[in-house]
Amino acid sequence: MSAKQFLAELEAEGADLDPMRVDDPQTSRRIADRESAYHARRRDRALSPDRADVFAAGGSSTDANGGRSYAEVMKLAEIDREEHRVRQELARREREDVDMDRPPVVPGEPVVQETPRRRARRWDQTPVAPPTDNGAAVSVAKSSWDAEEPSAHKPSRWDETPRAAPSTGDGVTPRKRSRWDETPVAVTRSRWDETPRVDATPGGTAAKRSRWDETPVNVNSNAAGGVMATPSAAAASGVPQTPLAFMPNATTEMELRNMPQSDAELDALLPAEGYRILEPPVSYVPIRTPARKITATPAHTGFHIPEDGSGPRASDMPAVAAAALVDLPMLKQEDMQFFGKLLEDRDEAALSIDELKERKILRLLLKIKNGTPPVRKVALRQITDKARDFGPGPLFNQILPLLMSPALEDQERHLLVKVIDRVLYKLDDLVRPYVHKILVVIEPLLIDEDYYARVEGREIISNLAKAAGLATMIATMRPDIDHVDEYVRNTTARAFAVVASALGIPALLPFLKAVCRSKKSWQARHTGAKIIQQIAVLMGCAVLPHLKNLVAALVDAVEDKDQQKVRTMAALALAALAEAAHPYGIESFDIVIQPLWEGVRKHRGKGLAAFLKAIGSLIPLMDTEAAAYYTEEVMSVVVREFQSPDDEMRKVVLKVVKQCVATDGIEPDYVRRQVLDEFFRHFWVRRMALDRRNAKPLVETTVELAKKAGVGVVLDRLVPDLKDESEAFRKMVMDALEQIVAAMGLADVDDELEARLIDGMLFAFQEQTTEDVVMLNAFGTVVNALGTRVHPYLAQIFSMLKWRLANKSAKVRQQTADLVARIAVVLRTCGEEGMLSNLGQIFYENLGEEYPEVLGSILGALKAVVNVIGMANMEPPIRDLLPRLTPILRNRHEKVQENVIDLVGRIADRGAEHVAAREWMRICFELLDMLKAHRKAIRRAAVNTFGYIAKAIGPQDVLGTLLSNLKVQERQNRVCTTVAIAIVAETCSPFTVLPALMCEYRVPELNVQNGVLKSLSFMFEYIGEMGKDYVYAVTPLLEDALIDRDLVHRQTACTTVKHLALGVAGLNCEDAMVHLLNHVWPNIFETSPHVINAVMDAIEALRVALGPGVLINYVVQGLFHPARRVREVYWKIYNAMYIGAQDALVPYYPRIASDERNRWARDELYYF
Amino acid sequence: MDRFTLNSQLEHLQSKHVGTGHADTTRYEWLVNQHRDTLAAMVGHTHLTAFMALAEHESMARVRYNLKSKMIAPCHRQGPTPVAPVDGDETADMDTSL
Repeated sequence: MSAKQFLAELEAEGADLDPMRVDDPQTSRRIADRESAYHARRRDRALSPDRADVFAAGGSSTDANGGRSYAEVMKLAEIDREEHRVRQELARREREDVDMDRPPVVPGEPVVQETPRRRARRWDQTPVAPPTDNGAAVSVAKSSWDAEEPSAHKPSRWDETPRAAPSTGDGVTPRKRSRWDETPVAVTRSRWDETPRVDATPGGTAAKRSRWDETPVNVNSNAAGGVMATPSAAAASGVPQTPLAFMPNATTEMELRNMPQSDAELDALLPAEGYRILEPPVSYVPIRTPARKITATPAHTGFHIPEDGSGPRASDMPAVAAAALVDLPMLKQEDMQFFGKLLEDRDEAALSIDELKERKILRLLLKIKNGTPPVRKVALRQITDKARDFGPGPLFNQILPLLMSPALEDQERHLLVKVIDRVLYKLDDLVRPYVHKILVVIEPLLIDEDYYARVEGREIISNLAKAAGLATMIATMRPDIDHVDEYVRNTTARAFAVVASALGIPALLPFLKAVCRSKKSWQARHTGAKIIQQIAVLMGCAVLPHLKNLVAALVDAVEDKDQQKVRTMAALALAALAEAAHPYGIESFDIVIQPLWEGVRKHRGKGLAAFLKAIGSLIPLMDTEAAAYYTEEVMSVVVREFQSPDDEMRKVVLKVVKQCVATDGIEPDYVRRQVLDEFFRHFWVRRMALDRRNAKPLVETTVELAKKAGVGVVLDRLVPDLKDESEAFRKMVMDALEQIVAAMGLADVDDELEARLIDGMLFAFQEQTTEDVVMLNAFGTVVNALGTRVHPYLAQIFSMLKWRLANKSAKVRQQTADLVARIAVVLRTCGEEGMLSNLGQIFYENLGEEYPEVLGSILGALKAVVNVIGMANMEPPIRDLLPRLTPILRNRHEKVQENVIDLVGRIADRGAEHVAAREWMRICFELLDMLKAHRKAIRRAAVNTFGYIAKAIGPQDVLGTLLSNLKVQERQNRVCTTVAIAIVAETCSPFTVLPALMCEYRVPELNVQNGVLKSLSFMFEYIGEMGKDYVYAVTPLLEDALIDRDLVHRQTACTTVKHLALGVAGLNCEDAMVHLLNHVWPNIFETSPHVINAVMDAIEALRVALGPGVLINYVVQGLFHPARRVREVYWKIYNAMYIGAQDALVPYYPRIASDERNRWARDELYYF
Repeated sequence: MDRFTLNSQLEHLQSKHVGTGHADTTRYEWLVNQHRDTLAAMVGHTHLTAFMALAEHESMARVRYNLKSKMIAPCHRQGPTPVAPVDGDETADMDTSL
């Protein structure tokens, strides 16, 4: 194939192929693409309408600000539950009807299994006003009621959207009306279309003309009423941002609407004749995972109606930075539906205040979301400052839908969450009506996979709780506690735990107790237990003061009569509490030990796992005898469960073994006899090595067992596994070995086992195909632990090392070099200098290594060898080695740089005399480049090396190099040079450096002078009290610097004064210090933050050097100055001084004459 | 870290300590604090207490008790009649020479 063919092929693939498209859902930046099905359930929740704020000033509990009241919400929740039950029931019946021979399977909540109570009330009377046709006139409460209503079952639904019929009617489609035709927005759940996106876009397939094709016309002809198929909360509340606030509601609404209709319903709806039921296409496979559905339809809100005909249509706008957005950041395609409004060219003067506000908020949000950091910062500050002017409604109505957007990315979410956080502070109790909305959006963060997202979520919710107050939080979240959806209950429980940590457990306790004992629904009890569990996880030992109450709340739940789930959750909560309380608080658990114990005997499967976990967590809290008793009892069950195939159970069992074995009560002998064999038979199997989450607890438990039963017996069982076929398994064994040996050494191991151990380790080490740091660590640890005992095997190890160092694979060479670095000390203690020299020679020859990673390791190994055998005995000699290192200094790789500079520094420190001064000067020049390395460790090592070299060959030449380096442009380089100068001054005594340095100050160049000052500052910091010999020498220089025009100059001079003053405190240099203070003092009114900081520091330091008595004479001059700005500065200095030396100030306060009301004289001071 | 947060942080830190002041601190507050500090110093340093006990011819415990009680209202007029103001005018009351 020629290149042209390839090109043609590429072209054929179409222009719509986006090269930047992210295909892999795992690496996609969009959150929606990555999240699991469970996490994606957050989209099922609707942003409920505002709630009434009963605490609002003057507000009655009924309807102060148009929000829903608690009673209404509770009623709706009740209806929701009922509806869920009915729908499940319907689904069940339908399935029974369809195929009688299949037994009814009821998925999801077991609530259905209980015999459903029918309540007639709901169908007879609707608790809310009946819906009307006029969308605009619908009240807030009503519209949302509709949003949560099950669409298809209710006849009133059809009254509400009367346009559906006529529009499809006048289309007079030749095709028969089939049931999927009536909801062409069937993006998420339509039954048969596999490419829902096509359907969603207007003007898609010509075959399916739906009413959506005609809606724009409709819009133009109609003014406001009747346009919207779904009167949403936001639309009705008068805020005209339909597509935005509309969106999440629409999502739910869509899903409800597009629920599969049962055959019975369809029969009722459609005339009997003229219709026939089509078979689904053969190739049709329904999409079952919600996550996939979302990725399939990025423009998931589907179609929305533009405000008016002239406005640009969001869906067909390209990603542009349009002319209208002069000062706004780029808009992405997905942003259009939120920010499309900003593109409309409207006359600002003609807009109403609300519209203006909305545009302003949108603008700011866009800047925060897509802008560059400085733009974002300004916008964030603006939105925070104006939060109260904007009001909570407009703000949250914009922010929250944006957060629910499926196109959201991590960074954007972080920023928006930050906005909420800032705004919350400002709004304070104004947020109350919006608490639920915010929670709906923020709660999913609590179960996010990303740790930082979880922390952020907690932060927001705790701030929310502090702003809204406990009562509001409980009233808002109470309806969700027994929500039908497990997802909602889960997130609510976590949110409650956060509230408890924010407002204190005691405040929440009565509520928790009530919830845990709820008679009405088991879901409430379950959630109650879960809240307590989450509190324990979140707050740790802070639960201790309330432990008794929390446990008491769980007592009933542990013995719950009719729900296994509640018992399990209660046991898990107790386990979490016990772990949080460890090692205190066993007396609080007294009341539950009995039920837990019975539970362990009674239950099987998941329930047993939970109860075992609880008992296992309680045992470490008990005293020795009780622990021994319970351990022995529980161990029989645990050992029985060793063979359980259930993963969850195995994890729990591992944990229980670990906890039980760690207690004092259990005898080592018991472990050896009863536990070890079974444990190894069932847990040390290859399957466990496959998953890191299994392997880690297994290794930890094994280490714990070794601690109790002894290293010998455990190693005896582990060592044979070192020769297992599976590499992952060998690695796990090595990991366990390493941890055991690191913790307990190898004194317990006899010669025979020792031989087997080394043999196995050599096998495992040589057979590894992927070089892992675990192997390396284990080998190094074991060899070091053996010490001289390893001598007989050294020949073997050495030949392995040699062979591997000559290996073709770079990874192998690198790992081997690392290993040598670790075991060099042992080689020396075994008296194998020959081997060391041999290795040194090999490394020396390998210095031409091309892979930087390997070269770095080789240098590291060389350093270890040099350290161990010493400079004088080094083979090859240092004078040969160092010239080979000089060119390597130029290597840009960080690992190489770090190791080589360490090695060179070490040689300069210990064996500088082996190398000619000229070579050292050459190295000095190379080192200058290292001063601008990115890693601090490298810069530090370079600076230290300067010191060593200067010591070796005298400071003059080195200093000359460094001083000329002060003239370079790069700041980083100059800073490091100043540090190096200071170090040279420190190592070679200041008097060798100071004259040249002070002479350099005369160069009329700002950078150089600043560099000199900075060097002085570092120097005085390093030399400390030695500075007293140089005070009078540098004072004129500092004097000059402190009266310089340049701000930075004075700042650096102040820093120098600080270090100088701290160094000479109490060394009789007060005269010079007062002189310097007189020069520092006029700078106290500087405003630049760095300068004022430096000045304050200098004054503090002078206070230390001179004592507060001198300083207070300066300070009292301004404490009561008529000008506030003067007073502020003086009080700041006074406060610093007062905090630093309060006691010492006592005799120095000014004497004040008494007046007729007060005695100001401090008589006690005048006793004689 | 801009200049506002920097300063406000420092001020916040300082304000946690009793005895620190700010631009609106009154003369009275400042002076009362000085008195309390003085009394506290006398109670806190055993040598000073011992010295005072000697001077007042009281036991050390009594002296300590007196000092502590005085801390409640250190500057209120009590006991002996006030010493007349040295120069009689307000401007001289801030005598910084010790």
